[in-house]
Amino acid sequence: MKAAVVTFPGSNCDRDLAVAFEKAGAEVVRVWHKDSELPAGVDVVGVPGGFSFGDYLRCGAIAAQSPIAAAVKAHADRGGYVIGICNGFQVLTEMHLLPGALMRNAGLKFICKPVQLIVGTTDSAFTAGYAKGQAITVPVAHHDGNYTADAETIARLKGEDRIAFRYGANPNGSMEDIAGILSDNRRVLGMMPHPERVVDAEHGGTDGAAVFAGLIGKMALA
Amino acid sequence: MKARVTVMLKTGVLDVQGEAVRRALGTLGFEGVEAVRQGKVIELDLAATDRAAAEAEVKAMCEKLLANTVIEKYSVEIA
Repeated sequence: MKAAVVTFPGSNCDRDLAVAFEKAGAEVVRVWHKDSELPAGVDVVGVPGGFSFGDYLRCGAIAAQSPIAAAVKAHADRGGYVIGICNGFQVLTEMHLLPGALMRNAGLKFICKPVQLIVGTTDSAFTAGYAKGQAITVPVAHHDGNYTADAETIARLKGEDRIAFRYGANPNGSMEDIAGILSDNRRVLGMMPHPERVVDAEHGGTDGAAVFAGLIGKMALA
Repeated sequence: MKARVTVMLKTGVLDVQGEAVRRALGTLGFEGVEAVRQGKVIELDLAATDRAAAEAEVKAMCEKLLANTVIEKYSVEIA
């Protein structure tokens, strides 16, 4: 199982994401935003949190136009797995790999704290290790996590069981309390909370570990 | 040739920043401000000399990068 972790100028969760993949048993390769191809044999791409390109123009907008983004899109189009966390989720929406957009938090403040998430579906490699409705605690750290989409998109996400995680107590105004969503083939996950920050007892929790373990387990079976 | 792009949130998309500005204006004593919408203005200096071609190119820039058409609308003025 090989995972590629992308680094943009301004990414700051790329190392943590690499460690989370390694801890789950993956071989990790690091790729730079100027790379136009992923290394051979990559099964999953991780797009990390941070402030790519200083959040200039819109969060994730410039990163979504980088050379590596085209390679990530091609990987996803081939049915490859992709996980985007925090700024990574913003990048995936700007790439149109996931629908909707992440707007400024309703309370206008940057929010950095552990929050309760409710697992919305177990029907994905990322969430198969949880129970539906399970409450887990995962930190958020964002200014623009207010998930917004048109009514048709929201209805489709609900109807197709694509809401991976919801907030127990909505911190940012997200529609439907959405914290994370899946693509229509269920192989692309975007989420604002940081599961890579809770994969070791010394982090203060391990509630995020199943996201990576489930993914790597799925690959091992394939 | 210069182009001015105005990017605003689409009608119906809640503008939390605009709403905060509206409340702040009320606090300062400016009464009767019923709504505030905020956006961005992007000015471009273009080498193009053909007005129609420039406008078409700037619209393509808006679709690809300058606006997120999921939540934003844009308008282009060429001068």
